[in-house]
Amino acid sequence: MYFDSLRAVLEMDGHGVYVWAAYLVGIAVIAMAVIIPMRRRKALLLQLSAEHKRAQFDNRDRGGS
Amino acid sequence: MWPIFHKLGSPPWLYAISGSILRWLLPLTLLALGIGMVWGLLFTAPDFRQGNSYRIIYIHVPAAVVALAGYYVMALAGAISLIWRMKMADVAMRAAAPVGAALTFIALFTGAVWGKPTWGTWWVWDARITSMLILLFLYLGVVALYEAYDNKEAAGKACAVLSLVGMVNIPIIYKSVDWWYSLHQPASIKFTGDSTIHASMLYPLLWMIVAFYALFTCCLLLNIRTQLLQREARTQWVKKLAAGTGNN
Repeated sequence: MYFDSLRAVLEMDGHGVYVWAAYLVGIAVIAMAVIIPMRRRKALLLQLSAEHKRAQFDNRDRGGS
Repeated sequence: MWPIFHKLGSPPWLYAISGSILRWLLPLTLLALGIGMVWGLLFTAPDFRQGNSYRIIYIHVPAAVVALAGYYVMALAGAISLIWRMKMADVAMRAAAPVGAALTFIALFTGAVWGKPTWGTWWVWDARITSMLILLFLYLGVVALYEAYDNKEAAGKACAVLSLVGMVNIPIIYKSVDWWYSLHQPASIKFTGDSTIHASMLYPLLWMIVAFYALFTCCLLLNIRTQLLQREARTQWVKKLAAGTGNN
């Protein structure tokens, strides 16, 4: 490792704030790019599954009456 | 060769194959990104002129490179959907847009943060940076244009045309640092001739570029899967899939 202490890693000779800001925002945007489509897909599947169940109940009601 | 094209046009097949690819590619990609970031942040020597601020290169350059490559993917998919009316090409085009926008944003943001300690300014309206900002607007434009139309077929066509017209920006971005006076340096990695970057810095950079390509692929597939479900919501295979979800 190039740095000899955690403090040195964080400070990076005065450039720490720039380097860490760039990486943290980069990681946040990457996380969003991965998580948003995953969550949308799951939400859509749940919504479609609820619609499917409702349709099944409706069919059963109609069949029973 | 042709059967693969035939299969690519089949939504259930594309949904299933992208799911099984993502199962191993996504964890591997995230691991590769983690390794590359730790390598660049902690295990490389600082630049003799820029000091430690240069470590931003390991996220800035890969994001910019893949943001540009992603535009080819989007425009190519747009062309295929216009010419051959392939529905899956339309899906791929729209799936690429938000990913490209995210990568372009990373490139612009990290560039601004790198510019402050290096050039003394967050932002300059020079050719490279302005053309990258236009790239961001083109990606966002495709996303917004699609949402603006009620008729989704017309929306797909309009987006395809926009992405093709936007192609004119790509060579401008590549050549901007050579054609105009710019604070931005020209490329250090060269396909022809020696790269002007030391091997100890080049290897983690190449590693990160590969990891960002993999990230683009993962996000593209994730978006394709979501859009396939949206588009095919009324078909039997999606209904079957949704019915299975509720039982879990």
